[in-house]
Amino acid sequence: MHLGVSESMRECEYSQISTRSSTPMETPYKKRTSRKRKWESFPGRSKFYCDGRIMMARQTGVFCLTLVLILVTSGLFFTFDCPFLALQLTTAIPVIGGVLFLFVLGTLLRTSFSDPGVLPRATPDEAADLERQIDVANGSTGYRPPPRTKEVVINGQTVKLKYCFTCKIFRPPRASHCSLCDNCVERFDHHCPWVGNCVGRRNYRFFYMFILSLSFLTIFIFAFVITHIILRSHRNGFLNALKDSPASVLEVVVCFFSVWSIVGLSGFHTYLISSNQTTNEDIKGSWSSKRGKDNYNPYSHGNIFTNCCSALCGPLPPSLIDRRGFIQSDTLQLAPPTNGITMYGATQSQQSHMCDQDQCIQSTKFVLQAATTPLLQQQTSEPVILTTSPENGGSLPGRTSLTLAGPCTSLPLGQPTPPPSTS
Amino acid sequence: MATEFHNLQELRHSASLETKVFIQRDYTEGTVCRFQTKFPSELDNRIERTLLEETVKTLNSYYVEAEKIGGQSYLEGCLACATAYIIFLCMETRYEKVLRKISGYIQEQNEKIYAPRGLLLTDPIERGMRVLEISIFEDQGSGTSSPSSSSMSSTGSAR
Repeated sequence: MHLGVSESMRECEYSQISTRSSTPMETPYKKRTSRKRKWESFPGRSKFYCDGRIMMARQTGVFCLTLVLILVTSGLFFTFDCPFLALQLTTAIPVIGGVLFLFVLGTLLRTSFSDPGVLPRATPDEAADLERQIDVANGSTGYRPPPRTKEVVINGQTVKLKYCFTCKIFRPPRASHCSLCDNCVERFDHHCPWVGNCVGRRNYRFFYMFILSLSFLTIFIFAFVITHIILRSHRNGFLNALKDSPASVLEVVVCFFSVWSIVGLSGFHTYLISSNQTTNEDIKGSWSSKRGKDNYNPYSHGNIFTNCCSALCGPLPPSLIDRRGFIQSDTLQLAPPTNGITMYGATQSQQSHMCDQDQCIQSTKFVLQAATTPLLQQQTSEPVILTTSPENGGSLPGRTSLTLAGPCTSLPLGQPTPPPSTS
Repeated sequence: MATEFHNLQELRHSASLETKVFIQRDYTEGTVCRFQTKFPSELDNRIERTLLEETVKTLNSYYVEAEKIGGQSYLEGCLACATAYIIFLCMETRYEKVLRKISGYIQEQNEKIYAPRGLLLTDPIERGMRVLEISIFEDQGSGTSSPSSSSMSSTGSAR
Protein backbone atom coordinates (compact mmCIF):
# COMPACT_ATOMS: atom_id res chain seq x y z
CA MET A 1 0.00 0.00 0.00
CA HIS A 2 2.54 2.40 1.18
CA LEU A 3 4.84 1.48 -1.64
CA GLY A 4 2.07 1.90 -4.20
CA VAL A 5 1.29 5.38 -2.91
CA SER A 6 4.89 6.45 -2.94
CA GLU A 7 5.35 5.01 -6.39
CA SER A 8 2.37 6.86 -7.72
CA MET A 9 3.65 9.97 -5.96
CA ARG A 10 7.01 9.48 -7.59
CA GLU A 11 5.33 9.13 -10.93
CA CYS A 12 3.45 12.35 -10.38
CA GLU A 13 6.63 14.05 -9.33
CA TYR A 14 8.47 12.76 -12.36
CA SER A 15 5.88 13.97 -14.81
CA GLN A 16 5.63 17.33 -13.04
CA ILE A 17 9.37 17.87 -13.17
CA SER A 18 9.61 16.86 -16.80
CA THR A 19 6.90 19.24 -17.97
CA ARG A 20 8.27 22.13 -15.95
CA SER A 21 11.82 21.81 -17.15
CA SER A 22 10.79 20.92 -20.67
CA THR A 23 8.52 23.84 -21.13
CA PRO A 24 9.60 26.66 -18.85
CA MET A 25 7.22 28.96 -20.63
CA GLU A 26 4.19 26.96 -19.61
CA THR A 27 3.15 25.73 -16.24
CA PRO A 28 1.69 22.24 -15.98
CA TYR A 29 -1.74 23.82 -15.66
CA LYS A 30 -1.49 25.44 -19.08
CA LYS A 31 -2.07 22.16 -20.82
CA ARG A 32 -5.61 22.07 -19.53
CA THR A 33 -6.46 25.73 -20.24
CA SER A 34 -7.12 27.37 -23.61
CA ARG A 35 -4.40 28.17 -26.09
CA LYS A 36 -2.01 31.01 -25.46
CA ARG A 37 -2.04 34.20 -27.44
CA LYS A 38 1.08 35.24 -29.31
CA TRP A 39 1.73 38.31 -27.19
CA GLU A 40 2.36 36.09 -24.20
CA SER A 41 5.51 34.76 -25.77
CA PHE A 42 6.67 37.90 -27.53
CA PRO A 43 10.48 37.91 -27.61
CA GLY A 44 10.99 41.66 -27.07
CA ARG A 45 10.86 43.67 -23.88
CA SER A 46 7.50 45.27 -24.60
CA LYS A 47 4.68 45.00 -22.14
CA PHE A 48 1.16 44.03 -23.11
CA TYR A 49 -2.11 44.88 -21.43
CA CYS A 50 -5.77 44.07 -22.00
CA ASP A 51 -4.98 40.65 -23.42
CA GLY A 52 -2.63 41.99 -26.08
CA ARG A 53 -4.67 44.97 -27.22
CA ILE A 54 -2.29 47.49 -25.66
CA MET A 55 1.44 47.49 -26.28
CA MET A 56 3.87 49.68 -24.38
CA ALA A 57 7.50 49.92 -23.38
CA ARG A 58 8.71 48.38 -20.15
CA GLN A 59 9.16 51.63 -18.21
CA THR A 60 5.86 53.49 -18.03
CA GLY A 61 6.52 55.75 -15.05
CA VAL A 62 7.17 58.86 -17.11
CA PHE A 63 4.04 58.20 -19.16
CA CYS A 64 2.02 58.23 -15.95
CA LEU A 65 3.61 61.55 -15.08
CA THR A 66 2.60 62.95 -18.49
CA LEU A 67 -0.94 61.75 -17.97
CA VAL A 68 -1.13 63.19 -14.46
CA LEU A 69 0.24 66.56 -15.56
CA ILE A 70 -2.24 66.86 -18.41
CA LEU A 71 -5.22 65.65 -16.37
CA VAL A 72 -4.47 67.76 -13.32
CA THR A 73 -3.72 70.97 -15.20
CA SER A 74 -6.75 70.60 -17.45
CA GLY A 75 -8.93 69.57 -14.52
CA LEU A 76 -7.92 72.64 -12.54
CA PHE A 77 -8.53 74.83 -15.58
CA PHE A 78 -12.05 73.50 -16.13
CA THR A 79 -12.93 73.61 -12.46
CA PHE A 80 -11.54 76.95 -11.38
CA ASP A 81 -11.00 79.12 -14.41
CA CYS A 82 -13.68 78.11 -16.87
CA PRO A 83 -16.74 79.10 -14.79
CA PHE A 84 -15.42 82.65 -14.44
CA LEU A 85 -14.34 82.90 -18.07
CA ALA A 86 -17.59 81.41 -19.39
CA LEU A 87 -19.57 84.01 -17.49
CA GLN A 88 -17.33 86.98 -18.18
CA LEU A 89 -16.31 86.28 -21.74
CA THR A 90 -17.91 83.45 -23.69
CA THR A 91 -18.92 79.80 -23.27
CA ALA A 92 -16.86 78.97 -26.32
CA ILE A 93 -13.77 78.94 -24.10
CA PRO A 94 -14.58 75.79 -22.11
CA VAL A 95 -16.02 74.17 -25.24
CA ILE A 96 -12.87 74.72 -27.28
CA GLY A 97 -10.76 73.76 -24.29
CA GLY A 98 -12.77 70.60 -23.88
CA VAL A 99 -12.37 69.61 -27.51
CA LEU A 100 -8.63 70.28 -27.39
CA PHE A 101 -8.28 68.32 -24.16
CA LEU A 102 -10.11 65.29 -25.58
CA PHE A 103 -8.04 65.40 -28.75
CA VAL A 104 -4.81 65.56 -26.74
CA LEU A 105 -5.87 62.63 -24.60
CA GLY A 106 -7.01 60.59 -27.59
CA THR A 107 -3.81 61.07 -29.54
CA LEU A 108 -1.64 60.45 -26.47
CA LEU A 109 -3.34 57.15 -25.75
CA ARG A 110 -3.23 56.18 -29.39
CA THR A 111 0.53 56.90 -29.53
CA SER A 112 1.26 55.08 -26.31
CA PHE A 113 -0.88 52.03 -26.81
CA SER A 114 -0.30 51.16 -30.44
CA ASP A 115 2.37 49.08 -32.06
CA PRO A 116 4.96 51.54 -33.43
CA GLY A 117 5.80 49.25 -36.33
CA VAL A 118 7.74 46.46 -34.68
CA LEU A 119 9.35 44.01 -37.06
CA PRO A 120 8.88 40.44 -35.93
CA ARG A 121 12.04 38.43 -35.54
CA ALA A 122 13.12 36.03 -38.22
CA THR A 123 11.97 32.44 -38.08
CA PRO A 124 14.77 29.90 -37.57
CA ASP A 125 14.55 28.89 -41.23
CA GLU A 126 14.97 32.43 -42.45
CA ALA A 127 17.84 33.08 -40.07
CA ALA A 128 19.62 29.95 -41.22
CA ASP A 129 19.06 30.86 -44.87
CA LEU A 130 20.48 34.35 -44.33
CA GLU A 131 23.48 32.98 -42.45
CA ARG A 132 24.15 30.62 -45.31
CA GLN A 133 23.98 33.44 -47.84
CA ILE A 134 26.26 35.63 -45.76
CA ASP A 135 28.79 32.83 -45.34
CA VAL A 136 28.76 32.25 -49.06
CA ALA A 137 29.27 35.95 -49.67
CA ASN A 138 31.99 36.32 -47.05
CA GLY A 139 33.74 33.12 -47.90
CA SER A 140 34.71 32.92 -44.25
CA THR A 141 34.20 29.97 -41.98
CA GLY A 142 35.02 31.91 -38.85
CA TYR A 143 32.88 31.57 -35.78
CA ARG A 144 32.31 35.29 -35.51
CA PRO A 145 32.22 36.95 -38.90
CA PRO A 146 32.65 40.73 -39.15
CA PRO A 147 29.55 43.01 -38.89
CA ARG A 148 27.24 42.36 -41.75
CA THR A 149 25.96 45.08 -44.05
CA LYS A 150 24.26 45.11 -47.39
CA GLU A 151 24.35 48.09 -49.70
CA VAL A 152 21.40 49.17 -51.76
CA VAL A 153 20.93 52.13 -54.04
CA ILE A 154 17.74 54.05 -53.35
CA ASN A 155 16.92 56.95 -55.62
CA GLY A 156 20.58 57.44 -56.44
CA GLN A 157 21.82 57.35 -52.85
CA THR A 158 23.76 54.40 -51.45
CA VAL A 159 22.13 53.19 -48.26
CA LYS A 160 23.70 50.60 -45.96
CA LEU A 161 21.36 47.97 -44.56
CA LYS A 162 22.64 46.61 -41.30
CA TYR A 163 22.16 43.09 -40.02
CA CYS A 164 20.44 42.94 -36.66
CA PHE A 165 22.00 40.22 -34.51
CA THR A 166 19.07 40.18 -32.14
CA CYS A 167 16.28 39.91 -34.67
CA LYS A 168 18.40 38.04 -37.22
CA ILE A 169 17.26 40.14 -40.14
CA PHE A 170 18.71 42.75 -42.41
CA ARG A 171 16.97 45.87 -41.22
CA PRO A 172 14.91 47.63 -43.89
CA PRO A 173 16.02 51.18 -44.67
CA ARG A 174 15.07 53.65 -41.92
CA ALA A 175 14.43 50.87 -39.44
CA SER A 176 16.39 50.77 -36.22
CA HIS A 177 16.67 48.52 -33.22
CA CYS A 178 15.40 50.06 -30.00
CA SER A 179 17.58 48.85 -27.18
CA LEU A 180 14.99 49.76 -24.55
CA CYS A 181 12.22 47.71 -26.12
CA ASP A 182 14.58 45.20 -27.73
CA ASN A 183 12.71 45.35 -31.02
CA CYS A 184 13.50 46.48 -34.54
CA VAL A 185 11.05 49.24 -35.42
CA GLU A 186 10.22 50.37 -38.93
CA ARG A 187 10.95 54.03 -39.73
CA PHE A 188 12.27 54.41 -36.20
CA ASP A 189 12.01 57.98 -34.99
CA HIS A 190 12.95 57.79 -31.32
CA HIS A 191 11.95 56.12 -28.09
CA CYS A 192 9.83 58.58 -26.15
CA PRO A 193 9.62 57.95 -22.40
CA TRP A 194 6.91 60.62 -22.11
CA VAL A 195 4.53 58.48 -24.11
CA GLY A 196 6.00 55.24 -22.83
CA ASN A 197 6.59 53.77 -26.29
CA CYS A 198 8.76 53.94 -29.37
CA VAL A 199 7.70 56.34 -32.09
CA GLY A 200 7.86 54.62 -35.44
CA ARG A 201 6.06 54.20 -38.71
CA ARG A 202 2.66 53.30 -37.32
CA ASN A 203 2.29 55.86 -34.59
CA TYR A 204 4.33 58.85 -35.80
CA ARG A 205 1.28 60.74 -36.99
CA PHE A 206 -0.47 60.23 -33.64
CA PHE A 207 2.66 61.44 -31.87
CA TYR A 208 2.84 64.54 -34.04
CA MET A 209 -0.86 65.27 -33.56
CA PHE A 210 -0.36 64.82 -29.83
CA ILE A 211 2.49 67.31 -29.49
CA LEU A 212 0.78 69.76 -31.84
CA SER A 213 -2.53 69.66 -29.99
CA LEU A 214 -0.73 69.73 -26.65
CA SER A 215 1.09 72.91 -27.76
CA PHE A 216 -2.25 74.48 -28.58
CA LEU A 217 -3.77 73.29 -25.32
CA THR A 218 -0.84 74.57 -23.27
CA ILE A 219 -0.89 77.96 -24.95
CA PHE A 220 -4.69 78.06 -24.65
CA ILE A 221 -4.67 77.31 -20.92
CA PHE A 222 -1.76 79.67 -20.30
CA ALA A 223 -3.41 82.52 -22.16
CA PHE A 224 -6.82 82.14 -20.53
CA VAL A 225 -5.51 81.65 -17.01
CA ILE A 226 -3.55 84.87 -17.41
CA THR A 227 -6.72 86.53 -18.77
CA HIS A 228 -8.66 85.21 -15.78
CA ILE A 229 -6.14 86.59 -13.30
CA ILE A 230 -6.00 89.94 -15.08
CA LEU A 231 -9.81 90.25 -15.11
CA ARG A 232 -10.00 89.40 -11.42
CA SER A 233 -7.17 91.82 -10.64
CA HIS A 234 -9.14 94.66 -12.26
CA ARG A 235 -11.91 94.00 -9.77
CA ASN A 236 -10.16 93.05 -6.56
CA GLY A 237 -6.48 93.69 -7.00
CA PHE A 238 -3.70 91.36 -7.96
CA LEU A 239 -3.03 89.69 -4.63
CA ASN A 240 -6.70 89.07 -3.96
CA ALA A 241 -7.09 87.60 -7.40
CA LEU A 242 -4.33 85.13 -6.63
CA LYS A 243 -5.93 84.29 -3.32
CA ASP A 244 -9.34 83.73 -4.91
CA SER A 245 -7.92 81.42 -7.53
CA PRO A 246 -4.82 79.63 -6.19
CA ALA A 247 -5.09 76.83 -8.74
CA SER A 248 -4.35 79.34 -11.47
CA VAL A 249 -0.87 79.84 -10.10
CA LEU A 250 -0.10 76.16 -10.42
CA GLU A 251 -1.50 76.07 -13.93
CA VAL A 252 0.56 79.06 -15.00
CA VAL A 253 3.74 77.53 -13.64
CA VAL A 254 3.14 74.15 -15.33
CA CYS A 255 2.15 75.74 -18.63
CA PHE A 256 5.03 78.19 -18.61
CA PHE A 257 7.63 75.48 -18.25
CA SER A 258 5.92 73.08 -20.67
CA VAL A 259 5.24 75.54 -23.43
CA TRP A 260 8.89 76.07 -24.35
CA SER A 261 9.73 72.40 -24.69
CA ILE A 262 6.48 71.29 -26.30
CA VAL A 263 6.23 74.12 -28.80
CA GLY A 264 9.90 73.67 -29.59
CA LEU A 265 9.36 69.96 -30.13
CA SER A 266 6.36 70.61 -32.38
CA GLY A 267 8.42 72.99 -34.46
CA PHE A 268 11.23 70.47 -34.74
CA HIS A 269 8.92 67.67 -35.82
CA THR A 270 7.18 69.97 -38.30
CA TYR A 271 10.59 70.50 -39.87
CA LEU A 272 11.27 66.76 -39.86
CA ILE A 273 7.94 65.98 -41.48
CA SER A 274 8.35 68.60 -44.17
CA SER A 275 11.77 67.19 -45.10
CA ASN A 276 10.68 63.55 -44.59
CA GLN A 277 13.39 62.70 -42.08
CA THR A 278 13.29 60.84 -38.81
CA THR A 279 14.77 62.15 -35.55
CA ASN A 280 17.27 59.34 -35.80
CA GLU A 281 18.45 60.45 -39.24
CA ASP A 282 18.54 64.10 -38.27
CA ILE A 283 20.64 63.49 -35.18
CA LYS A 284 23.06 61.32 -37.11
CA GLY A 285 23.13 63.82 -39.97
CA SER A 286 22.54 61.04 -42.46
CA TRP A 287 21.23 63.32 -45.18
CA SER A 288 23.01 66.49 -44.17
CA SER A 289 24.76 68.34 -46.94
CA LYS A 290 27.73 68.65 -44.61
CA ARG A 291 28.53 65.02 -45.35
CA GLY A 292 29.03 65.65 -48.99
CA LYS A 293 27.76 67.74 -51.85
CA ASP A 294 25.89 64.82 -53.36
CA ASN A 295 24.25 63.81 -50.11
CA TYR A 296 20.50 64.23 -50.18
CA ASN A 297 17.48 62.55 -48.67
CA PRO A 298 16.33 59.82 -51.06
CA TYR A 299 12.99 59.42 -49.31
CA SER A 300 11.84 62.99 -49.72
CA HIS A 301 9.08 63.49 -52.27
CA GLY A 302 10.54 66.78 -53.38
CA ASN A 303 8.05 69.27 -52.01
CA ILE A 304 6.93 70.08 -48.49
CA PHE A 305 3.24 69.55 -49.13
CA THR A 306 3.64 65.97 -50.41
CA ASN A 307 6.03 65.15 -47.58
CA CYS A 308 3.54 66.37 -44.98
CA CYS A 309 0.62 64.62 -46.59
CA SER A 310 2.43 61.32 -46.88
CA ALA A 311 3.56 61.43 -43.26
CA LEU A 312 0.21 62.45 -41.80
CA CYS A 313 -2.42 61.25 -44.24
CA GLY A 314 -0.67 58.34 -45.87
CA PRO A 315 -2.01 54.79 -45.55
CA LEU A 316 -1.66 53.26 -42.11
CA PRO A 317 -0.02 49.85 -42.36
CA PRO A 318 -1.38 47.13 -40.08
CA SER A 319 0.63 45.66 -37.25
CA LEU A 320 3.11 43.03 -38.39
CA ILE A 321 3.13 41.25 -35.05
CA ASP A 322 -0.08 39.37 -34.60
CA ARG A 323 -0.48 40.11 -30.91
CA ARG A 324 -3.86 38.57 -30.29
CA GLY A 325 -3.58 35.58 -32.56
CA PHE A 326 -3.43 32.20 -30.94
CA ILE A 327 -0.31 30.13 -30.93
CA GLN A 328 -1.16 26.92 -32.73
CA SER A 329 -1.05 23.94 -30.40
CA ASP A 330 1.36 22.15 -32.68
CA THR A 331 4.00 24.86 -32.52
CA LEU A 332 6.16 25.80 -29.59
CA GLN A 333 7.23 29.27 -28.59
CA LEU A 334 10.59 30.97 -28.49
CA ALA A 335 11.60 32.07 -25.02
CA PRO A 336 12.20 35.79 -24.49
CA PRO A 337 14.61 37.55 -24.30
CA THR A 338 17.17 35.20 -25.74
CA ASN A 339 18.56 35.92 -29.12
CA GLY A 340 19.48 32.51 -30.35
CA ILE A 341 17.30 29.63 -31.24
CA THR A 342 15.94 28.20 -28.02
CA MET A 343 15.27 24.55 -27.62
CA TYR A 344 12.44 22.97 -25.77
CA GLY A 345 11.75 19.40 -25.01
CA ALA A 346 8.34 18.53 -26.24
CA THR A 347 5.84 17.16 -23.84
CA GLN A 348 4.28 13.90 -24.65
CA SER A 349 0.90 15.41 -25.40
CA GLN A 350 2.31 17.72 -28.04
CA GLN A 351 4.45 15.06 -29.55
CA SER A 352 1.84 13.63 -31.85
CA HIS A 353 1.17 16.97 -33.48
CA MET A 354 4.74 17.86 -34.35
CA CYS A 355 5.98 17.84 -37.88
CA ASP A 356 8.70 15.27 -38.22
CA GLN A 357 10.32 16.62 -41.37
CA ASP A 358 10.49 20.15 -40.15
CA GLN A 359 11.82 18.95 -36.81
CA CYS A 360 14.53 17.03 -38.51
CA ILE A 361 15.57 19.81 -40.82
CA GLN A 362 15.61 22.24 -37.96
CA SER A 363 17.27 19.89 -35.59
CA THR A 364 19.98 19.36 -38.17
CA LYS A 365 20.49 23.10 -38.35
CA PHE A 366 20.52 23.24 -34.58
CA VAL A 367 23.23 20.63 -34.43
CA LEU A 368 25.27 22.54 -36.98
CA GLN A 369 24.86 25.68 -34.90
CA ALA A 370 25.71 23.77 -31.76
CA ALA A 371 28.89 22.57 -33.36
CA THR A 372 29.94 26.13 -34.11
CA THR A 373 28.82 27.65 -30.83
CA PRO A 374 30.86 26.20 -27.98
CA LEU A 375 28.60 27.64 -25.31
CA LEU A 376 25.80 25.26 -26.15
CA GLN A 377 25.64 22.16 -23.99
CA GLN A 378 25.97 18.84 -25.69
CA GLN A 379 22.84 16.87 -26.25
CA THR A 380 23.05 13.37 -24.97
CA SER A 381 20.04 11.92 -26.64
CA GLU A 382 18.00 12.57 -29.75
CA PRO A 383 17.95 16.24 -30.68
CA VAL A 384 15.34 18.39 -29.01
CA ILE A 385 12.67 19.89 -31.18
CA LEU A 386 13.50 23.34 -32.50
CA THR A 387 10.86 25.94 -31.83
CA THR A 388 9.14 27.99 -34.43
CA SER A 389 8.73 31.68 -33.85
CA PRO A 390 5.39 32.79 -32.42
CA GLU A 391 4.26 34.63 -35.51
CA ASN A 392 4.72 31.52 -37.57
CA GLY A 393 1.20 30.52 -36.70
CA GLY A 394 0.10 27.32 -38.21
CA SER A 395 1.85 27.71 -41.48
CA LEU A 396 4.30 24.91 -40.88
CA PRO A 397 3.14 21.99 -42.89
CA GLY A 398 3.38 18.72 -41.12
CA ARG A 399 1.96 15.40 -40.34
CA THR A 400 1.87 13.36 -37.23
CA SER A 401 5.21 12.13 -36.13
CA LEU A 402 5.78 8.57 -35.22
CA THR A 403 9.47 8.24 -35.78
CA LEU A 404 10.54 10.84 -33.27
CA ALA A 405 8.01 9.95 -30.63
CA GLY A 406 10.14 7.41 -28.90
CA PRO A 407 13.48 9.15 -28.62
CA CYS A 408 12.09 12.57 -27.90
CA THR A 409 10.08 11.54 -24.93
CA SER A 410 13.23 10.47 -23.24
CA LEU A 411 14.72 13.94 -23.51
CA PRO A 412 17.03 15.05 -20.76
CA LEU A 413 15.56 17.25 -18.13
CA GLY A 414 18.13 19.98 -18.59
CA GLN A 415 17.91 22.61 -21.26
CA PRO A 416 20.72 23.65 -23.55
CA THR A 417 21.96 27.15 -23.01
CA PRO A 418 20.97 29.21 -26.02
CA PRO A 419 23.71 31.08 -27.88
CA PRO A 420 24.54 34.38 -26.22
CA SER A 421 23.40 37.65 -27.66
CA THR A 422 25.63 38.58 -30.51
CA SER A 423 24.17 42.02 -31.16
CA MET B 1 -2.61 28.46 -43.83
CA ALA B 2 -2.75 25.31 -41.75
CA THR B 3 -6.14 24.21 -43.05
CA GLU B 4 -5.06 25.05 -46.56
CA PHE B 5 -2.10 22.82 -46.29
CA HIS B 6 -4.10 19.89 -45.02
CA ASN B 7 -6.16 20.05 -48.19
CA LEU B 8 -3.03 20.17 -50.25
CA GLN B 9 -1.64 17.36 -48.19
CA GLU B 10 -4.54 15.21 -49.18
CA LEU B 11 -3.79 16.01 -52.79
CA ARG B 12 -0.30 14.76 -52.55
CA HIS B 13 -0.26 11.37 -50.95
CA SER B 14 2.90 11.54 -48.94
CA ALA B 15 4.82 14.78 -49.14
CA SER B 16 7.60 15.87 -46.85
CA LEU B 17 9.17 19.26 -46.54
CA GLU B 18 12.50 19.31 -48.27
CA THR B 19 13.61 22.90 -47.93
CA LYS B 20 12.42 26.50 -47.92
CA VAL B 21 13.42 29.22 -50.33
CA PHE B 22 13.13 32.86 -49.34
CA ILE B 23 12.55 35.71 -51.74
CA GLN B 24 13.86 38.81 -50.03
CA ARG B 25 12.59 42.35 -50.16
CA ASP B 26 13.74 44.70 -52.88
CA TYR B 27 14.58 48.08 -51.35
CA THR B 28 15.76 49.85 -54.49
CA GLU B 29 12.57 51.89 -54.59
CA GLY B 30 12.72 52.93 -50.98
CA THR B 31 10.71 51.57 -48.11
CA VAL B 32 7.70 50.51 -50.18
CA CYS B 33 6.93 46.82 -50.00
CA ARG B 34 8.41 45.09 -53.02
CA PHE B 35 9.89 41.64 -53.51
CA GLN B 36 12.83 40.76 -55.68
CA THR B 37 11.90 39.22 -59.00
CA LYS B 38 15.21 37.36 -59.16
CA PHE B 39 14.50 33.67 -59.73
CA PRO B 40 15.93 31.41 -56.98
CA SER B 41 18.16 28.68 -58.37
CA GLU B 42 16.62 25.98 -56.15
CA LEU B 43 13.37 26.25 -58.09
CA ASP B 44 15.02 25.79 -61.47
CA ASN B 45 13.53 22.40 -62.19
CA ARG B 46 10.35 22.81 -60.15
CA ILE B 47 8.54 25.71 -61.77
CA GLU B 48 8.74 27.86 -64.87
CA ARG B 49 10.42 31.21 -64.38
CA THR B 50 7.60 33.16 -65.94
CA LEU B 51 5.00 31.77 -63.54
CA LEU B 52 6.90 32.77 -60.43
CA GLU B 53 7.83 36.14 -61.88
CA GLU B 54 4.20 36.74 -62.72
CA THR B 55 3.15 35.92 -59.16
CA VAL B 56 5.78 38.20 -57.62
CA LYS B 57 4.96 41.04 -60.02
CA THR B 58 1.25 40.77 -59.20
CA LEU B 59 2.02 40.77 -55.48
CA ASN B 60 4.23 43.83 -55.91
CA SER B 61 1.46 45.63 -57.74
CA TYR B 62 -0.97 44.82 -54.93
CA TYR B 63 1.44 46.27 -52.37
CA VAL B 64 1.89 49.39 -54.46
CA GLU B 65 -1.88 49.77 -54.51
CA ALA B 66 -2.04 49.36 -50.73
CA GLU B 67 0.64 51.95 -50.05
CA LYS B 68 -0.39 54.41 -52.74
CA ILE B 69 -0.51 57.99 -51.55
CA GLY B 70 -3.40 59.54 -53.39
CA GLY B 71 -6.87 60.96 -53.08
CA GLN B 72 -8.43 58.03 -51.29
CA SER B 73 -5.70 57.65 -48.71
CA TYR B 74 -5.75 61.40 -47.96
CA LEU B 75 -9.50 61.27 -47.50
CA GLU B 76 -9.17 58.31 -45.17
CA GLY B 77 -6.39 60.01 -43.23
CA CYS B 78 -8.21 63.30 -42.82
CA LEU B 79 -11.46 61.60 -41.86
CA ALA B 80 -9.63 59.52 -39.29
CA CYS B 81 -7.89 62.58 -37.86
CA ALA B 82 -11.17 64.48 -37.66
CA THR B 83 -12.80 61.67 -35.71
CA ALA B 84 -9.74 61.41 -33.43
CA TYR B 85 -8.97 58.05 -35.04
CA ILE B 86 -12.02 56.42 -33.45
CA ILE B 87 -13.22 55.54 -36.93
CA PHE B 88 -10.51 52.90 -37.18
CA LEU B 89 -12.41 50.88 -34.62
CA CYS B 90 -15.32 50.39 -37.01
CA MET B 91 -13.77 50.77 -40.42
CA GLU B 92 -11.20 48.62 -42.15
CA THR B 93 -8.33 50.60 -43.65
CA ARG B 94 -7.57 50.35 -47.34
CA TYR B 95 -4.30 48.61 -46.55
CA GLU B 96 -6.14 45.86 -44.68
CA LYS B 97 -8.59 45.44 -47.55
CA VAL B 98 -5.74 44.99 -49.99
CA LEU B 99 -4.01 42.54 -47.65
CA ARG B 100 -7.14 40.41 -47.67
CA LYS B 101 -7.13 40.48 -51.45
CA ILE B 102 -3.49 39.38 -51.38
CA SER B 103 -4.30 36.45 -49.08
CA GLY B 104 -6.99 35.33 -51.46
CA TYR B 105 -4.65 35.66 -54.41
CA ILE B 106 -1.92 33.64 -52.75
CA GLN B 107 -4.37 30.91 -51.81
CA GLU B 108 -5.62 30.76 -55.38
CA GLN B 109 -2.08 30.64 -56.76
CA ASN B 110 -1.17 27.88 -54.33
CA GLU B 111 -4.12 25.75 -55.36
CA LYS B 112 -3.77 26.29 -59.09
CA ILE B 113 -0.08 26.55 -59.75
CA TYR B 114 2.18 25.78 -56.82
CA ALA B 115 0.60 22.81 -55.09
CA PRO B 116 0.59 20.66 -58.25
CA ARG B 117 4.33 21.32 -58.48
CA GLY B 118 5.03 20.45 -54.89
CA LEU B 119 5.49 24.03 -53.72
CA LEU B 120 3.71 26.22 -51.19
CA LEU B 121 3.73 30.01 -50.92
CA THR B 122 3.44 31.58 -47.50
CA ASP B 123 1.73 34.97 -47.28
CA PRO B 124 4.45 37.55 -46.53
CA ILE B 125 2.31 39.12 -43.80
CA GLU B 126 2.84 35.98 -41.76
CA ARG B 127 6.57 36.56 -42.01
CA GLY B 128 6.38 40.22 -41.07
CA MET B 129 6.63 41.30 -44.73
CA ARG B 130 10.30 40.38 -44.69
CA VAL B 131 10.30 37.50 -47.15
CA LEU B 132 8.13 35.53 -49.52
CA GLU B 133 8.63 32.00 -48.27
CA ILE B 134 8.34 29.14 -50.72
CA SER B 135 8.30 25.67 -49.18
CA ILE B 136 9.56 22.92 -51.43
CA PHE B 137 8.12 19.47 -50.88
CA GLU B 138 9.60 16.23 -51.97
CA ASP B 139 7.04 13.88 -53.43
CA GLN B 140 7.67 10.42 -52.13
CA GLY B 141 6.31 7.23 -53.57
CA SER B 142 6.96 4.68 -50.90
CA GLY B 143 8.18 7.04 -48.23
CA THR B 144 11.14 4.83 -47.30
CA SER B 145 14.03 7.03 -48.35
CA SER B 146 13.35 10.53 -47.19
CA PRO B 147 15.26 13.59 -46.06
CA SER B 148 13.99 12.91 -42.56
CA SER B 149 15.76 9.64 -42.19
CA SER B 150 18.97 11.05 -43.59
CA SER B 151 18.72 14.01 -41.23
CA MET B 152 17.99 11.63 -38.40
CA SER B 153 21.07 9.62 -39.08
CA SER B 154 23.21 12.74 -39.47
CA THR B 155 21.96 14.15 -36.20
CA GLY B 156 22.39 10.75 -34.62
CA SER B 157 26.01 10.67 -35.69
CA ALA B 158 26.57 14.25 -34.57
CA ARG B 159 25.79 13.26 -30.97
